[in-house]
Parts: sequence; C-alpha cells; structure tokens
Amino acid sequence: MSILTINNLKVHYPIRGGLFRRKIDVVRAVDGLSLELQRGETYGLVGESGSGKSTTGRSIIGLEEITEGEITFEGQNLSELRYRDRKEYYKDIQMVFQDPYSSLNPKKRVKDLIAEPIRNFENRSKEEELKRVQELLEIVGLSPEVTYKYPHEFSGGQKQRLGVARALALNPKLIIADEPVSALDVSVQAQVLNFMKKIQKDLNLTFIFISHDLGVVRHMCDRIGIMYNGRFVEEGTAEDVYENPQHIYTKRLVAAIPDIDPENRKEQAAFRRQVKEEYKETEHNYFDENGSVFDLKPVTDTHYVALP
Amino acid sequence: MWKFIIRRIIIMFPQLVLLSVIVFILAQMMPGDALTGMALDPDMDPAQLEAMREDLGLNDPWYIQYFSWLGGVLQGDFGQSVAHALPVSDLIWVRLVNTFWLSLMSLFFVYILALPLGLISGRWNDTIADRIITGYTYIGFAAPLFIFALIMLFVFGFQLGWFPTGGSVEANTGGGLAYFWSKVYHLILPSLSLALIGTVTTVQYLRSEVIETKQKEFILTARAKGVPEQKVYTGHVFRNSLLPIAAVFGYEIAALISGSVFVERIFSYPGMGQLFLESIQIRDFSVVTALVLLFGVAAIIGALLSDIILSIVDPRIRIK
Amino acid sequence: MKYQLESKEVMSMTENALLSATNVKTSFRIGDDYYAAVDGVTLTVNNNEVVAIVGESGSGKSALAFSILGLHDRFKTNLEGEIYLNGTDLTSVSTGKLNQIRGKDIGMIFQDPLTALNPLKTIGDQIVETLNLHTKLTAKEKYERSIHLLKEVGIPRAENVHQQFPHELSGGMRQRVVIAIAIACDPALLIADEPTTALDATIQSQILDLLNELKEEKDAGIILITHDLGVVAEMADRVAVMYAGQIVELADVFSLFRNPLHPYTRSLLSSVPSVKDEKEMLHVIEGVVPSLPKMPRQGCRFKDRIPWMEDNVHEEHPELREVENGHYVRCTCYKHFYFPEEEEELAHVDTNY
Repeated sequence: MSILTINNLKVHYPIRGGLFRRKIDVVRAVDGLSLELQRGETYGLVGESGSGKSTTGRSIIGLEEITEGEITFEGQNLSELRYRDRKEYYKDIQMVFQDPYSSLNPKKRVKDLIAEPIRNFENRSKEEELKRVQELLEIVGLSPEVTYKYPHEFSGGQKQRLGVARALALNPKLIIADEPVSALDVSVQAQVLNFMKKIQKDLNLTFIFISHDLGVVRHMCDRIGIMYNGRFVEEGTAEDVYENPQHIYTKRLVAAIPDIDPENRKEQAAFRRQVKEEYKETEHNYFDENGSVFDLKPVTDTHYVALP
Repeated sequence: MWKFIIRRIIIMFPQLVLLSVIVFILAQMMPGDALTGMALDPDMDPAQLEAMREDLGLNDPWYIQYFSWLGGVLQGDFGQSVAHALPVSDLIWVRLVNTFWLSLMSLFFVYILALPLGLISGRWNDTIADRIITGYTYIGFAAPLFIFALIMLFVFGFQLGWFPTGGSVEANTGGGLAYFWSKVYHLILPSLSLALIGTVTTVQYLRSEVIETKQKEFILTARAKGVPEQKVYTGHVFRNSLLPIAAVFGYEIAALISGSVFVERIFSYPGMGQLFLESIQIRDFSVVTALVLLFGVAAIIGALLSDIILSIVDPRIRIK
Repeated sequence: MKYQLESKEVMSMTENALLSATNVKTSFRIGDDYYAAVDGVTLTVNNNEVVAIVGESGSGKSALAFSILGLHDRFKTNLEGEIYLNGTDLTSVSTGKLNQIRGKDIGMIFQDPLTALNPLKTIGDQIVETLNLHTKLTAKEKYERSIHLLKEVGIPRAENVHQQFPHELSGGMRQRVVIAIAIACDPALLIADEPTTALDATIQSQILDLLNELKEEKDAGIILITHDLGVVAEMADRVAVMYAGQIVELADVFSLFRNPLHPYTRSLLSSVPSVKDEKEMLHVIEGVVPSLPKMPRQGCRFKDRIPWMEDNVHEEHPELREVENGHYVRCTCYKHFYFPEEEEELAHVDTNY
C-alpha cells in the first residue's frame, strides 16, 4: 500500500490589485499534481525556483491552504479531517528545512529545540523527555554532551543534524526535506547526505527530497518527479529521467548540469547547444496553447512524461 | 503610486470615524452638556431648560446626537467653552496657529540636528565622534522633557537672558517683518528644547540605518565600480538610509504635538498644549474634547503623510 | 627565504601575465590580533584565461579576490605582498588611483544578484554610474553604451530594462545586469565571486556561457571563485585549490581532474554526488574547516583533517612545488595519501596511486 497519495493537488494564491485589492488573478503555484509514494522510498521533487516544489512539500504537512485536490496519508484523506484530528497525522510527517542557520531558534538550548515537538504532542516526564532527546542525538551522531548547548555552538552540518533530530522526535513515517543541503559546503553536504541515507535505512523512513541540485537528487533518490510551473513534466526512476529524458524541459535541465569531467567539455557544450536548438524548434509541441504542461502519459511502466 | 495613495486615503476614513466615535463617547461621559456652557441664568425654569434641551436635540438617541455633533464638527463648530464663554473653535484657532509654528520650527530643528549627527555617527561608527553622539542620544533618552525644558528656560531665558521666557510674540511690535521676527524669536527656545530631546530617536534610527546599509552588498558593488568613498556615502548609503527616516516623518509630527503639551506649559507659550492643560484644570470639557479630537486627527494625518512620502521615495512601492 | 624562492619560480613562468599576485597575505583584525585569511598566495592570470579558485567557506578564496580589488576595510585588514596588474602594484597605489582601476581595469561580479544592485536606482543609472566614473562620453553616448551592454549580456527589451528597478527583474536577469556593470569599461580582468551559486541550473549554464563568450571576445582574464567543482570542470583553464588561506594545488584543469594529487583536492572530488556514477556513500572529510583564529600556522594545514595519515608523511614547512609541468602541490603528504575506505584494498601504503 502506498503511504502517501496526492491526487490532483492545486494550490493557488490570489493576486490582488486595483483600488480595493480585489482578487484579479491567481498564481498557480501547484496546478494539478498527482503523486503516489511507496513506503521506504526516497522521492526526489526537482524543479527550478517557482516550479512549486516547495509549495507541494509544504502542502503535505499542512502549511499551505489547498485550493483543490486530496492528500491521502496511510489511507486517510487529510483534507476531510477537522484540524484537531489532522494533527495526529501530522505527527507522522515531519519537515527538514533548507537553512540550518535560521530554522533553529538561537535562544533555545538543544534540549528544548528537540523536545519541542515532543512537548506539543506527547505527555512525558522531564526524565523521559531528556532520555528521548539524548536518544535522538545519538541517532543523528551527536554526543549527549551537547544537550545543553545553543545552536551557535554548532557547525552548519551539525545544525542540520539537529534539524533532523527534531524532525525525528516523534518517530515520523514520512520526512520532507526541503533543500536540506543547499546552504552547506560540499564536504558538509556529503556528511548530511550520507547520514540521511543511513537513517532512512535504519528507521525505514519514507523521504521526499526537494532540491534543485540534480546531482544530489540522483545520489539520493529512487524515483524523481520534475516540476515545471506547478505541474510534473516528467516522472520516473532516476535512470529514466537522467539517461532517457523525454520532455524538452527535462532535457534542458539535464543538459545544464555541469559535467565534473573537463575532458567532456566539448561534447557537453555541443549537447547543450543541440538541446537548445531542439528546445527552440519543438518547445510548442510540449505545451498546450496556454503554455501549460500536459497531463502525464506513461512511456514505460515507471516512466511518465507530459505529452499531448 | 496614485492607486496606493488613494487607497491609503480611503483607509484613513474609517480611522477618522472610529476616532470621532471614541471622542464622542468620551465627551458624553463628561459632566455637563451644551447648555451648561452657555452661562445661563441660574434662575431659569427647569422646564424651560428641558424644552431647550429638547429643542437642541439633547434628548435624542445617542446616534442622532452623534451625527448632529459630527455635522457641527465638520463645519468647525465644536460647541461653547464654559470658562471662556466663547465658541471653542474661536478659542482653538489662535492656539492652533501658534502650535503649528512651534511644531514646524521643532521639526526643522529635529532634522537639522538628526541628519548630520546620524550620518556622521553611522558612517564613522565606533570612533570618538560616534561615541560622543551616541552618548548625547542616551542622555536625550534618559532626560525627561519637562525637566530639560525647565533647565533650558532657566539658563538661556533667565540667567543669560538671550531669549524671552514666555509668550508667543512681543506686545506692540506692530506688523510686518518686526512681528515675524518677534514670533521666530519667541519660538527658538521652546522648539529647540523640544527638538534637542525629540531628535535622539531619529539620530539613533539613522545611525543604525547607515551602519546597516553600508554593509549591504550593493555598496561593495559601488566600490568595485570605482566609486570614490565620499560618493559611496552620498550616492548610495545616505539615500538608502534616509528612506526609512522619511517614513517616520509623519509619526514625528504626532510625537512633537504631544511633546508640545509640556513645552508650551513651561515656556508659557499660548498653544494648544497649554490650552489643553488649562482646560483640564478648569474642567472646560468641550475644549478638551475638541483638542483630543484634533490631536487624534493630527496623528492620523501624520501616519498618512508617512505612507505617502514612502510611496514617493521608494520605487518598490511606487511602481505598483 | 621560502617566499623569495617561490616568487622567482613564478616570475620566470609568467613574464607577461595580466595579473600576477606574489606572496599575498591578507590578515584580519580580530580583537587585538591579526590573523591571515590569505596566507602567502602566489598566482597569475593571463589574458583569455579562466583561473578558478576552489575551496570551501573559510578557505580564503573570497578574501583573496577582495584583496585584489582592495575591497577590505583598511582599518581592520593588513595586506602584504604584491599584486601587479599590467605593471601597476595594486597594493601600493593611492586610493584615488585604485578607484580609477576598479570598474575600469577590473570588473567584479558578485554572488547574489538580489543584493548586489542598489534597490533604489534604475538599472540604467547603475550602469551609467560606472561610465561616469571612467569615461568621458556624452550623456547620449552613455545611454547608447548602456543599452548596448544590456543587449550584449543577453537582456531582451534593453530599452525598457534600462528604466526598470532591480526588483522588477528575475534573478537571472539581475545577474546579467551585474555582469553588464562589470564589463561596462571592457576590463582586462573579471573577478567572479560565486557568480552562479544563487541561480537555477538552466540560468547557471547561460551565465557561464556568457562569461565564456566575454573571455573570448574581450581577451579578458577571469578569476572564477567557486565551491562547485562541476562549474570548475566546465569553465576553468587553470585551477587553484585553496585550503586554510593557502593554495594547496595548482594545475591546468585537465591535469587536476585527471590526476588530482593533494589530499584535499581528492577529498573534495570524492565528496561530490555525481550524476554519473552511483556511489552508495560519499566521502566525508573529517572535522571542520578551522576558524580564522584556530587555523594551524605550522606544518601541513590539512593534517588534522586526515588524522589516519602518519605524522612523518607531512613536511615541516610545506611548500608549493611543481611536480609535473605546470602542476603544483603543497606538502609531501600527497605521495602517501589514501582514503581510509581504501585501506583494506591497499596492502602497501607507499603506492604511487
């Protein structure tokens, strides 16, 4: 059974204008997105800024007002529930944010930062709470000695571990990581990525990994969805998407990834030029008359492409 | 920008209505009514008085009274002053003009002081000049205005005798230029007292704006272009730092008016603030009500001015 | 003694380099002491050449770029060494002369186009400002030149954009404007400090293409500062890898990627997740980049990050030595270096790798 199903999700923001700030138009941040997530898999949500990938993530944990569509978690349609009942489900879905520097309150100690979700959802004694915090610190590879430290005493990678420890506090089943390594240096990034892979295996977590970095996504994810203008242009296994991109937008994105081998520079440039030409010539084939992305059509069992 | 300004003005109306309702309710809660202020014959027949009340609509439901009061206010009729047996509007008008000049002069001094001080201490922060200036602002924050004004009055008015110690103009000055100079002469000491204390917020605000702006990346861009240091400040830092200052300009006006209540009292300057205190003391409620309303209106217009100025100077708002 | 040796070597190598920096040492004041963020860097840049400076935050790469332009706060910074641009030593010229060089002979491109432009000035004004400072064009010529520049960096509807404010443009467009400002006076040297870090992948490749075109067309030298090894592989002619204020490896781009030598370079390369190969786990460099006051000043500065290596593999006074033609490495530890993951596979430690 799939752990999470998103059906035709739409998140529209009103644009207000005129003298009385009436709603004159909407921004279609997410515009008809469907997704099915299997337990234990890592799903990569890829797109450039404004593609709606973060909005999708935020909708799942209830941080966005959904205009249309359903989000079903473990068989329960979340949008049908009242706020109070929904809270129970949100325990099982946690989020890790991009910037470890600003997502941790600098005035709180590690103990309080990590215990915060525990206090919100569970009733534990002080000792139990402390024990749980230290357990969590151990899971993320920090020593229990840091319990009483403040965030500024940690390096960027360690802070991101704290962010993950907090996300793990309530034994979630699904973790949504929104650009968790974008603010980090490569060596620190490696550390966090390794460690996320490890806890995913150890705790059998399901991950949604939101990123604009195609290298990172390739490394982390089993399946990948490429978003453009609030819709999927292509979805498939990492291999489908990287080795055999079908949609022109995906091709452009893949072509834009810098190749780490300078020997391939010429071919890479040629490939990029070729894709650019192809984009110019065939772009109109891939979008309908309003410039919107078509619905996904299966190409193979795993590979879906938005084609007319 | 025009859309923004018009929308902003439209927003102002509910604010004004709310203010008028509050002031009206306050006025209703105060003892006495319009007739009490007319210095009527004490032997008057209560029945006749009641008839007059009925006639004047004082027995009407509150909302009818409110609208007739509002109608009067809009035509400049604030009722009668008990103590002065004069229409409140006549009483206030002279004072209003005086307070207007005092505020204008204070505002002038506030910015004449704040701009150089704030810019200097922001540009050369943590130097001796900056320490002296911030030291001054701390004193300004700590010193109560009425004590400071008293000291100013004592030193420059009584001891040194450089400035007059009261009034708004010398008697028998005649007209024309002499009259004008006498007015200005009387304004200097009170407005300077007000400004010396009132300016410290702006100085500090400006200082921190300059310090923040000069660390922005576009300042580096300017330096990398080869813009000379002086021009980096005049062309980029100062202009961008003044923007938020322009935004508090209107609020500054409201602050000065409330400050003028003390200063006018101390310098016996016949303005609205002094009238306000006097009227409270002699329980001349119709005057108090009118003044509260006017102070409130001044604050609302000040906020409006701030937003309009900001919309003019900030392209990010201007474009919309 | 050591420094003199190095500088002579470099002098012979690059007689007519566009920029030649020798023993640059940039120290920042923290409290009462000065700490070198750039510690004895010698580097040259030629015309029509991209020299990439790679390293993590805290490696001193940006501090080096800022030193070339003299952008550090003079009261808190101590700058030693020589930086010659076309025969002028930038470290000893007057402020006035430096201002004539900045923007005219050297253009700078910053990381974040969101903050690099003055929000209260139009795009046109910000370009014209540079022209005002360095040219004697008439107002009309300046206008035409700025329109031309906007078109050159690939901005459509240049006449409109000229009158717009930064917030009205997208990130990619703003970065093009920043580049237009940097190239306004056809500078011989462009310094690009993480020019694409804040941009999306497709925009990044466009901006990199643009920089490449400019290099060819204007015969300019480019210093490209980045932490992204992919960008380096695509763009650079030569690469300097910096760690803790020093260059630890310097080579042409092909040698560096084909045959990376210094442990730091090799660690960096193996910590990047690649689109191509499927590694289960990435290499993690132990420890953290030391903060400025805690930076080791003696011996091999990378020693603490590879603690499994024995002490005697490091030099006492590590120097940057040419080990192959044009390929320089600091310290001898590279000869012995292996990853701990490889330990089992490698029976003999002293392999030629």
